[in-house]
Amino acid sequence: MSKVVDADVSHSSTALVTIENIYLLIGIMVMFLVVRTLQDKNHPKRLTTALFWFLFGSSFLFGDFAIATLGAQTTYLMVGISVLLIALLAGLNLVSMGNYSIPSEQEQNQSAKNLGNKLFIPALMIPIVTVVFTVLFDNVAINNVYLLDQRHLTLASLTIACIFALLVGWKITGGSPVQAVSESRRLVDSIGWAAILPQMLAMLGGVFIVAQTGDSIKELVTLFIAPDNRFMLVVLYCVGMAFFTMIMGNAFAAFPVMTAGIAMPFLIEGHGASPAPLVALGMYSGYCGTLMTPMAANFNIIPAALLDLKDKYHVIKVQIPTAVTLLAVNIILMYSLVFND
Amino acid sequence: MFDLNYWPLIGIPVVVIGFALRFNPLLVVTFAGLATGWAVNLDFISLLQTFGEKFMNSRQLASFILILPIIALLERYGLQQRARDWISQIKTATSARILALYFIVRECSAALGLLSLGGQAQTVRPLLAPMALGTATNKYGELPKPVKDMISAHAAAVDNIAVFFGEDIFIAFGAVLLMDAFLKENGITGIEPLHIGLWAIPTALCALVIHLFRLARLESKIAKAVQKYNAPEPIL
Repeated sequence: MSKVVDADVSHSSTALVTIENIYLLIGIMVMFLVVRTLQDKNHPKRLTTALFWFLFGSSFLFGDFAIATLGAQTTYLMVGISVLLIALLAGLNLVSMGNYSIPSEQEQNQSAKNLGNKLFIPALMIPIVTVVFTVLFDNVAINNVYLLDQRHLTLASLTIACIFALLVGWKITGGSPVQAVSESRRLVDSIGWAAILPQMLAMLGGVFIVAQTGDSIKELVTLFIAPDNRFMLVVLYCVGMAFFTMIMGNAFAAFPVMTAGIAMPFLIEGHGASPAPLVALGMYSGYCGTLMTPMAANFNIIPAALLDLKDKYHVIKVQIPTAVTLLAVNIILMYSLVFND
Repeated sequence: MFDLNYWPLIGIPVVVIGFALRFNPLLVVTFAGLATGWAVNLDFISLLQTFGEKFMNSRQLASFILILPIIALLERYGLQQRARDWISQIKTATSARILALYFIVRECSAALGLLSLGGQAQTVRPLLAPMALGTATNKYGELPKPVKDMISAHAAAVDNIAVFFGEDIFIAFGAVLLMDAFLKENGITGIEPLHIGLWAIPTALCALVIHLFRLARLESKIAKAVQKYNAPEPIL
């Protein structure tokens, strides 16, 4: 624990709720879940599941401390090796659900009746408190120590909101925060490897940036489209996002490549496009692709199975008209919103 | 003209083939990273360091883990049951209206960051689809399988579309934070996740209008389909 405090001090920025503290909190929480997994004696893949989450949690709990003591390059190498192990554990199907003590449906019904709509209060507090802190407490500081990490306002506010909600939830239900974290193992395990996929895809995006994949796409683009044709560039970015999302099954994976390849060089640098609406609409164009691809199995294929549909592409077929219309809408919105001149 | 270097693009076919062969996505993505590094002659150690660096720098993507304890606690004390009771109190006459109402509630709650209030497994299968099918059965009697499938598929689609286009407005931890991280990584500063979220509102509103328009026409589609499949053999 003292090491953790050291890391905190050495990284101490001028804020109370810093991103480093949030990572420590996540790290502590994940490690608590690792202990719970190890205590789950009937867990079919106890050790490997625990190892998977331990490797994941380590980068949160020890990451910043390791950078401070061992240096960035060594830490990155160690995390890189953990990432390979994490992928192997997931790929070899060694991460699974365990056993959880869930109260019976009847008990839950009874409790739902007793507590009534009060149950919604903590859930609603999370978004509301987050907004309130982001908007009202963004510049609050005592002796130059800000309350919230100035570089990560939303995330710092969210963390505070979660802590508030947990305290209120404790008061309302009578279940303690420790119990809450234990209970969350069920959710974390059911999300499983998918919890790490966004970070992995961000990592792939990072490798694409180092490998200058965007440049290759950029060159491909110039083969087909004149760089001064704003409208065609917007169309290409939106349709490209949708198309890459369809092959990659995930807008997160398509986003860094297409944004580095088309949006950054041609639209932001070339035409001075405003980044916030550009990326927001770009990502949404990718979501249009998600609605149209079987690669996004969780959303399109698993429901067809859950609902016992005869045609496993039925959900996709229903979604296509909305997706195509929205893609066209995104193109029009982007063309009319992102250019300031 | 044709001195284009295609090697940095190798990750893309790797991902496509990997997903097509149904390997675990974490493995596919890692392998695509390794292949790309190899294709552009990055030495293995610096490739691993790149992996580690990007993984470390995108740790904010995991911040959704912080809300799981409170959701888990509330679920243990009957949050799902309460939500179910609450929704079932709303007596609406048609399948299309139930789906439309769910769409609105789902998109708005997703916009507030309450992503786990719905979902294909949590609400569509046990709650939404049965309710939509139930009202149609009340109206038309036992439904032919193709009509049942059409209503169920619409229930699944409603959940997907509402959550996708609602979530980016505010605290879609994944998407908004990824965009934010990407911009910062590429040297574009001065943009908070909240700004990105605000620019998601126009599309979200369009999604609402477009899909509600389609749902408004669903009821007559159901009636027609029922008629078509239940029609007696034509007497000619």
